[in-house]
Amino acid sequence: MKLDARVPSGPLADKWQSLLDEIKLVSPANKRKHTIIVVGTGLAGGSAAASLGELGYEVKAFCYQDSARRAHSISAQGGINAAKNYQNDGDSVYRLFYDTIKGGDYRSREANVYRLAEVSNNIIDQCVAQGVPFGREYGGYLANRSFGGAQVSRTFYARGQTGQQLLLGAVSALNAQVAAGTVDLNIRSEMLDLVVVDGRARGIITRDTVTGEVESHVADAVLLCTGGYSNVYFLSTNAKGCNVTAIWRAYKKGAGFANPNYTQIHPTCIPQSGDYQSKLTLMSESLRNDGRVWVPKAVGDERAPNDIPEDERDYYLERIYPSFGNLVPRDVASRNAKNVCDEGRGIGTTKRGVYLDFAEAIDRLGEDVIRARYGNLFDMYEMITGENPYKAPMRIYPAPHYTMGGLWVDYYLMTTIPGLFALGEANFSDHGANRLGASALMQGLADGYFVIPNTLGEYIAGAKLEAVSPDQEEFNAARSEVEARTERLLSINGSRSVDEIHRELGMVMLDKCGMSRSAEGLTEAIEQIRVLKKEFWSNIKVPGTGEELNQELEKAGRVADLFELAELMCMDARQRNESCGGHFREEYKTDEGEARRDDENFTNVTVWEYKGDDAEPVAHTEELEFETVELTQRSYK
Amino acid sequence: MKLTLEVWRQKNGGDKGGFSTYELEDVDTHMSFLEMLDVLNQDLIVGGAEPIAFEHDCREGICGACGFVVNGVAHGHQKGSTICQLHMRHFSDGDKITIEPWRAKAFPIIKDLVVDRSSFDRILQAGGFVTIRTGSAPDANALPVATDTLEHAMDFAECIGCGACVASCPNGAAMLFVGAKISHLALLPQGMPEKAKRALKMVEAMESEAFGACTNYTSCEAVCPKEISISGIARMNKDFRRASVAGAEPAHGKKR
Repeated sequence: MKLDARVPSGPLADKWQSLLDEIKLVSPANKRKHTIIVVGTGLAGGSAAASLGELGYEVKAFCYQDSARRAHSISAQGGINAAKNYQNDGDSVYRLFYDTIKGGDYRSREANVYRLAEVSNNIIDQCVAQGVPFGREYGGYLANRSFGGAQVSRTFYARGQTGQQLLLGAVSALNAQVAAGTVDLNIRSEMLDLVVVDGRARGIITRDTVTGEVESHVADAVLLCTGGYSNVYFLSTNAKGCNVTAIWRAYKKGAGFANPNYTQIHPTCIPQSGDYQSKLTLMSESLRNDGRVWVPKAVGDERAPNDIPEDERDYYLERIYPSFGNLVPRDVASRNAKNVCDEGRGIGTTKRGVYLDFAEAIDRLGEDVIRARYGNLFDMYEMITGENPYKAPMRIYPAPHYTMGGLWVDYYLMTTIPGLFALGEANFSDHGANRLGASALMQGLADGYFVIPNTLGEYIAGAKLEAVSPDQEEFNAARSEVEARTERLLSINGSRSVDEIHRELGMVMLDKCGMSRSAEGLTEAIEQIRVLKKEFWSNIKVPGTGEELNQELEKAGRVADLFELAELMCMDARQRNESCGGHFREEYKTDEGEARRDDENFTNVTVWEYKGDDAEPVAHTEELEFETVELTQRSYK
Repeated sequence: MKLTLEVWRQKNGGDKGGFSTYELEDVDTHMSFLEMLDVLNQDLIVGGAEPIAFEHDCREGICGACGFVVNGVAHGHQKGSTICQLHMRHFSDGDKITIEPWRAKAFPIIKDLVVDRSSFDRILQAGGFVTIRTGSAPDANALPVATDTLEHAMDFAECIGCGACVASCPNGAAMLFVGAKISHLALLPQGMPEKAKRALKMVEAMESEAFGACTNYTSCEAVCPKEISISGIARMNKDFRRASVAGAEPAHGKKR
């Protein structure tokens, strides 16, 4: 597997522009001769499909939901970063770039991150022009809030539902292109395989989830914008349908999978309440602007939070990290929450929880100001828990939220399969080992609106693409495989439900490949996953047929892929003998218990190559070269 | 607690469908309504029966995928929430709960509680957008927008497209949904250039689908999980009438 990142030469700040100056273009008359498949309609896929349609390409977009607007980007709450420096607080493109690289614990590619920061301002302009109602100040100009990992206010927001408003903006642009006839939008269609012809991505196989029909779709390039795989943990903040299938199928067709173990466990989620729990709900990180995190100083303190006096509380983030306080990055906040709970100072019935307290902010600003800032989040908390956060502190605990790993892509966002691109959370490129808050929305839209419309042309203009037919061998073979797999899942006819086994997988992963990992634990996990996987393939029960709406069948197919991914995640975590960002290996920590990187041996990206179901995958590395940034011990103290 | 569920089961669009009864023995009050259905479905699956099909995804009340009628009320009786946000602590031991899909001509049933809401998207495709080429936007702060106006627009922009408004309307009207999108964009300066055209196109598209007309029952507003106001319908009607009289195209400066 050849890993050429194709980063343009020249100074960091000039790379993107110099590429734009020199990149091959496709003439308007030729664009319409090229069909581009876009899988997923979230921020990355929605914005890419809309922008490519507008440029004149023939776009075919696919989503598994009943409407493009329901893609999981819609759930993002807190905001989107940009280097506008509207606050006059010293922000700049360089500073946003630097914070993102540092936040990712120096495990992302410098040039990609710089470009992300560079186009961030265009994203805000674009969204405002679409009618995205970002929060504003009394003069009518845009407002900002602070987010973790930064000392400037650069986050734009639309109440507590920024993702919703950005996605509705992107989907409105997509809808305009559907109306214009440039985008053919296929809802309730799940991609079940990638088709590679002569070494190039030339199409996909989908299943219509209402009729069960398996269909072949031909294209000149395929863009996977299919999000992340936190649902490998069963309980996560992801939507129930989020899955790894599209990128996993691509991996099995030859696309390198980079850093699969890098997972973000988000610090502020509502703790689990019972065994029947189906998902965990995030409480936006923006709450840490005004909320203070604490636990009782004493082990086993059973008093109600309001009965615990100030001097018996441990505001541990403020104590350990005086300069960033409650706004330390997510990985640091999560790990510390785990630590205090491990010490026996956790709160709530399960003792896996910490307080997020707004009493001081309410005192200082008044309840109305807090309601204006976070009203819908407070309402959501009360609906779920039955407790009023204006009166007593919220209970929170970390939960799997985002996966920084994904398909390896070069500077053009192309994977190791020519013609196959990955955008947004589905790729690995911009967040290293830990993503900063409000950066996922930025990346999804940067990739879709501003990167791929430019870099795709280079491939289309430079590739000699022979005509292919949906009836040719490669497509028929992939279709047969998909159909056989469906048949197999339906015919197991065992005695356990898919969810039941998925929950067990989730527990193994959370315990051994979650907030803290060890070589020994990961080896055990791999064994346990193999046993569970066997149980899955021999004992699940999927009622119904493949020729109808069958939600259990859809779920079974997704979980089958999560099992394979889980094993790769553990292998990846086991070979990375260092701690960085969200990857915390118990063997590698400083005397103070912080993550200890090994820059000498691991300033790299691990890229896995599939070698067959019965063979071990092979790990390749892309060395990360830092021309501008000096690698330092990440400190938020 | 113990519950009795009466659930609408329908194999597909062609099937007649009917209610089935399920007894639940041990429902935890902390469960969400959908988790209660998950538990029932697990039992059905393991027992060899088909689980109840229902649409859901984010389970945080924002994606708009979930929705069905609980005891005659769209999304259940909790104000301002989707069904995924309703928790079982709001029910009592021994309750009988009736669950049925959105019933509207414009939302054909696909299976059990799953309906086809693609008519909503066809309306949005007709004009629910601002035409702005990627990359051609001016600086985001070029146009100030008064905070009151902005907040007003945001109130409408919050619509999640779940369809509860249609399902609860005796006429099966989609006007709260359409009025919300028209109002969101018409209130902002960015939406002004296409205001008339948008109103005409979207209303036209709405009328070409199987939705009914508004006769001011206001049941849509009562069940909307985002508590969107029917004032959006008034704005839609106003914009539509004005556009119908003046025409969607700008006036001509040349003799025709």
